[in-house]
Amino acid sequence: MSTHTLSVLVENKPGVLAHVAGLFSRRAFNISSLAVGPTEDERVSRMTIVVDGASTPVEQVAKQLDKLVRVLKVVELDEDSAVERELALIKVRADPALRGQLLEVATVFRANVVDMSPTTLVLEAVSSPAKLDSLLAMLEGYGTCELVRTGRIALARGSAVITDDAAVEPGAAGIAAASAA
Amino acid sequence: MQLTGAQALVRSLEQQGVDVVFGLPGGAILPAYDPLLSSSLRHILVRHEQGAGHAAEAYAWATGRVGVCIATSGPGATNLVTALADAYMDSVPIVAITGQVPSPLIGSDAFQEADITGITLPVTKHNELVTDVERVPAAIAEAFHIAATGRPGPVLVDIPKDILQASMTWGSWPPAMDLPGYRVPGPPDQARIRQAARLLRQARRPVLYVGGGVIKSDSHADLRRLAEVARAPVTTTLMARGAFPDSHPLALGMPGMHGCYTAVAALQEADLIVALGARFDDRVTGRLADFAPRAKVVHADIDPAEIGKNRVPDVPIVGDLKVVLAELADCMTTLVAAEGAPDTSAWIASIGDWRQRFPLRYSQLSDGPLKPQHVIERLSALTGGDAIVVAGVGQHQMHAAQHFSFTRPRSWINSGGLGTMGFAVPAAMGAQVGRPGELVVAIDGDGCFQMTAQELATCAIEKLPIKVLIMNNGFLGMVRQWQELFYDERYSYVELGTAIPDYVKLAEAYGCVGLRCERADEVDAVLDKALAVTDVPTVVDFRVHDREGVFPMVPAGRPNDEIVLGPEFSELEQQAATRREMTAR
Repeated sequence: MSTHTLSVLVENKPGVLAHVAGLFSRRAFNISSLAVGPTEDERVSRMTIVVDGASTPVEQVAKQLDKLVRVLKVVELDEDSAVERELALIKVRADPALRGQLLEVATVFRANVVDMSPTTLVLEAVSSPAKLDSLLAMLEGYGTCELVRTGRIALARGSAVITDDAAVEPGAAGIAAASAA
Repeated sequence: MQLTGAQALVRSLEQQGVDVVFGLPGGAILPAYDPLLSSSLRHILVRHEQGAGHAAEAYAWATGRVGVCIATSGPGATNLVTALADAYMDSVPIVAITGQVPSPLIGSDAFQEADITGITLPVTKHNELVTDVERVPAAIAEAFHIAATGRPGPVLVDIPKDILQASMTWGSWPPAMDLPGYRVPGPPDQARIRQAARLLRQARRPVLYVGGGVIKSDSHADLRRLAEVARAPVTTTLMARGAFPDSHPLALGMPGMHGCYTAVAALQEADLIVALGARFDDRVTGRLADFAPRAKVVHADIDPAEIGKNRVPDVPIVGDLKVVLAELADCMTTLVAAEGAPDTSAWIASIGDWRQRFPLRYSQLSDGPLKPQHVIERLSALTGGDAIVVAGVGQHQMHAAQHFSFTRPRSWINSGGLGTMGFAVPAAMGAQVGRPGELVVAIDGDGCFQMTAQELATCAIEKLPIKVLIMNNGFLGMVRQWQELFYDERYSYVELGTAIPDYVKLAEAYGCVGLRCERADEVDAVLDKALAVTDVPTVVDFRVHDREGVFPMVPAGRPNDEIVLGPEFSELEQQAATRREMTAR
């Protein structure tokens, strides 16, 4: 699956998430994952949206997002030049006989044990989406009881900043559509 | 100065330059109606909120200004949804103001509560629930700015009752707008304009494919200049009828599913299509993969998201058509002065040949059943095209778009993208309010008419002398046509009957003049009588032939090359049309 990661700066106002989610639904675009949180500027939230490029025209998504009044900027992050991370919490069946093996797997993937019961473990893993998938594949044999993932977040590598080319003040008008081809 | 939210709302509308609003009061919006009574705004009390929405749309179509409608919360607001969706599809600038239940009750399933910002999210350019009374003026100013600029569209402002009743401090007008994420495209790329002119100079079979954007940007004069200097034929879509005079030698008529053969064939054979404020809609392109296979495409639009959405252009131009067309016409004029005019004479000869051999054709026998095309052609002739024509949706709409000879922009108002039956009567009302003293004629179907006929009462009371010409065939005619062609003539629930209601009596009951016409030789006299009425609306029940179809026709989802000329043409003529003999290729 070829995925595309869009970083979207939006105004931190009520209803913005509904506007963005509504756009995806109305245009029949598929979201693989969506993560939202505050940024260094309290007036601005940042969404990281992952879309499946095979089923969804990414350029259209970016252009349509850019048209939303509460959306400040849309940038597509290239996988090779961005740091991408995802957090997962995984509850795995862990009979005492298998616990040692499981802890070994966790160590290899730099996952932490954050809870333990006589029959289960809860692992916390932070890594690139691909590595996370490998960890999950490894754990499958032991019996994964429950899984929760945050969705991908990403930042461009190097000194480039998403607000480059735009005024730092989100109030500045006249920014060229960052996503336009 | 201390004002209530309601007073601030009305004052903001006045400051915004609004002269008329269409609406219907109710519980949650009541506080706003009190200051309305003593304001300079004209309020037109509709009979159904959908009517207010369509009237606001047509006011915007007819005047180029933002139309305004007002409704209360819950059902009042949901009744606006069809009009908002219609305005969204056709990029019509309207502002809808709705009352909402008091803030503390939101989310409690209060009486007449509906999440109207949630409901209208996918059918508005923007919407906002106002949660702070101090924001009322800015919310209104922003709504008008967003509705009217860039690609126009509908904006809804939802105001809870307690916000309307709360007190605020009125500052100066205009208020500061807080729209950091809203951008209108800047000037078009000069290099792309030159590239487009260069392609037009070289083209041998160019077509200017003109959409509603040309009318909205008031760039019709530059369009004509460009067409003439480039010697390029012009096709005007359903949204653009009137952007280029139909009587002009370079006019091809309407393209698309029910377009003129000449326009459809010209697009298919073109070596260059210059799309201006058009969006390559499926009703124009037919099967997209087979649309204009030999053409290079220049696509100019104010909305960057339209560029490449359906057809990837060779030369994309993002910008306001007012600027794009002026610069393109200038650039072309310079190029032609330096290098001579493009040689499109063989192309224009081919087009002339098609126009002559495959025109819009119907047969009206003097003693035979009345044909809707005849009524429309007589209207066109009697008015000299000097009328604002409004239509509903269906066969009558297509016949009107085909057979009325449009001479100027903003003289054709219809529901293009959404295809909203019932559009015509309230839209005629809005157009007449926006252009008092001009002739406004709604060409309607009997099915459409019955969906919104109640606004005749509004028109009669407001002394709006609209003409409503019902093409009464007793059927949902377009649906019937599809059942005839694609469902083996199985007519499933499409017959309305011609006699119920009695449209003449209905018109009279509404305080309008009611007329009936059943024969071709009566048409002129009846139209003359209708056109002579100047104080109240007139409804004419034209009893037209129920088996008359709309042709030509490209079946839905089929390539444009499979255009069907219809029963008025022989098998040999159809074969010749399909082969599309050309003197220029």
